[in-house]
Amino acid sequence: MFRSLALPEYLATIDPVKCIRCKRCIQNCGWGVYSWGGDKVLINTSKCVNCLRCYHYCPEEAIEIRPNHTRYKPNACWGYNAIRNIKRQAETGGIPLTGMGSDLPYPILFDNLLIDACQVTNPSIDPLREPMELRTYLGKKPSKLEFVRGADGKPVLKTKMPPQIKLSLPLLFSPMSYGSISLNAQKVLAQAAHECGTVMNTGEGGLHEDLLPYRSNIIVQVASGRFGVNPDYLNAGVAVEIKIGQGAKPGIGGHLPGEKIPLDVARARMIPVGTDAISPAPQHDIYSIEDLRQLIYAIKETTGYKPVSVKIAAVHNVAAIASGIVRAGADIVYLDGFRGGTGAAPSIIRDHLGIPIEHAIAAVDDRLRQEGIRNEASIIAAGGIRSSADAAKAIALGADAVAIATAALITMGCTTCGKCYTGCCSWGITTQKPELTARLDPEIFAERLINLVHAWEHELKEILGALGINAIESLRGNRERLRGVGLDTQTLDILGVKPAGR
Amino acid sequence: MFEIDAAGLKYRELNEMIRGAIARGEKEIRVKGVNGQYYIGSGLRDKTDITLEGVPGNDLAAFMDGPTIHVKGNGQDNICNTMNSGKVVIDGNAGDVLGYGMRGGKLHIRGSVGYRVGIHMKGVKKQSPTIVVGGTAGDFFGEYMAGGVIILLGLDTKDGEPLAGDYLGTGMHGGVIYVRGTVDKALCGAEVGIAELDEEDKATLKEHLTEYCKDMGISLDSVMKKGFKKLYPESIRPYGNLYAY
Repeated sequence: MFRSLALPEYLATIDPVKCIRCKRCIQNCGWGVYSWGGDKVLINTSKCVNCLRCYHYCPEEAIEIRPNHTRYKPNACWGYNAIRNIKRQAETGGIPLTGMGSDLPYPILFDNLLIDACQVTNPSIDPLREPMELRTYLGKKPSKLEFVRGADGKPVLKTKMPPQIKLSLPLLFSPMSYGSISLNAQKVLAQAAHECGTVMNTGEGGLHEDLLPYRSNIIVQVASGRFGVNPDYLNAGVAVEIKIGQGAKPGIGGHLPGEKIPLDVARARMIPVGTDAISPAPQHDIYSIEDLRQLIYAIKETTGYKPVSVKIAAVHNVAAIASGIVRAGADIVYLDGFRGGTGAAPSIIRDHLGIPIEHAIAAVDDRLRQEGIRNEASIIAAGGIRSSADAAKAIALGADAVAIATAALITMGCTTCGKCYTGCCSWGITTQKPELTARLDPEIFAERLINLVHAWEHELKEILGALGINAIESLRGNRERLRGVGLDTQTLDILGVKPAGR
Repeated sequence: MFEIDAAGLKYRELNEMIRGAIARGEKEIRVKGVNGQYYIGSGLRDKTDITLEGVPGNDLAAFMDGPTIHVKGNGQDNICNTMNSGKVVIDGNAGDVLGYGMRGGKLHIRGSVGYRVGIHMKGVKKQSPTIVVGGTAGDFFGEYMAGGVIILLGLDTKDGEPLAGDYLGTGMHGGVIYVRGTVDKALCGAEVGIAELDEEDKATLKEHLTEYCKDMGISLDSVMKKGFKKLYPESIRPYGNLYAY
């Protein structure tokens, strides 16, 4: 086979003067870019993915990773990626895989929305001196409350409350399975969720026994591969999630590559070592809303009626689908937008299917309100939440809470290089190789994720204070406090927000 | 023996009664007048024998972990959905999507089954599921199979009548399917190989069929008289070449 004609994306370079031949770059690179040539480090730059592990661990700052400036002839139609993908496909006949959310320059409407603030006519609130309520309950809410008089004459709630998941703030961690990420990465999520009063989600790979101490901060997932699902598992967490789809790959299943299926993961999933863990495109017991209802209640019967969440990718008809999901008995609808991340997806799917989360939240919230069933389920929004401002905007558009995954991984060292599917992650996050996963010390990295959540928590309180409201509940679906900039009339109409200046 | 009359009961009431009986330590439960109630035995634990008279509804024994259920009648859809352990015996026919994602235990059916049966069954050495179908099966039988054993007998069929529908074993990457008589390669998924049984296969088959024949009250010898073919995954990684890295 001749050398690949797909250009290397990055040029890994070592300054020979600064380099002290310590070989740390060779040890640290999970992709085998570096090797020892007897008297100097040899570089195979075509393997470099720009994850910057070597850069951070070079004691002499001798390493630089540069974008490869050698490009094909400039062509406004035939861009670099288009040509490079064709060359790769010509060489392999395969579907190019990718990781993380889409990196193409689609509009991000969060960046076209601005939040209101108080000036003079209504006072803003200082969250440093006044209480600010971020507590969030996920689950069905009753459509009316009934009270009776208690023995002491005070009213007592008579309405039986449906089961709720209590969160200290409207933020949780998105599903990422044992297999797609390392057990240590899952431990980081579990510890941080426990410390921050929120929940992590097992994804579809079973629940490792090491996570059992955190069961009150865990949602367990049931997806089409049914990996790890048994009655113990279903009852292990605070809720069960049925995964129908994922924003990064709507409508297709998942193939966790065989490179990430060593013995431990194979055992947890009950499949052969080194096979691709196949999650079929649909769940073959769900071909309709009626079938979905059947699985929701099968799970409820098995768990003594714990809340059930249904996760779908945001697609064109998301509002009607969400309405069906709520009527099927789901307690939570989890919407994953177009920009949502993945451990492995065909790039053609990730970059071209679905709709962004902003439109989906607005459409679903509108539809459920119009049908008078908005109280029947909570909405979790995910897929490209990069900051507390994105979270606040998502909540103002109508979400009850947001879920983050990429942001959480970034606290563990992730640089969004997008090569999660290779199982070679130098940061020990999306790999199962013991020498790589050992790099991710759960204690140390949980601290960093906890820091992030606390920082966002403070920022959310500041945003609420500026808005002059003291509870996140008052921001929920409060689109009056959003304004659009640079958006056309129809988009403003879909989002239900006024243009800035109005 | 504890008896329940299911006539007119909603599934939630019926299942609460069954769970209550098990909690009280009942080891044998007979439910009369079953008429389409969903989720019977779903998520049930412990060793209990449950006999159902009538036709239970969908998701019978979903996520079940331990009990034995004997259905004196036909079954409907989604039986043994993601079941972990235990056994379900159906005297009649059953519907679609049986044993989806099944991870242990046994499903014995005397009659025929519908579409999408045994999809994505999985197993390891310690725990492995089995489905035995006495009659014929519809399309997608044993699709994406990752582990366990499926046996298709085609009893009472005429010579040359196909026992399974199209896409038999498509995407199979583990486990084994035994088919009584012959198999047309054209019905099978591309990932499936067809072979004669070796000694180990014969021992496995005999073990499973001995139990099946006992459950159904039929003669093992007459079932074994006809030869079997073995369907196996040609690769444990059928889609390894699908992607470019």
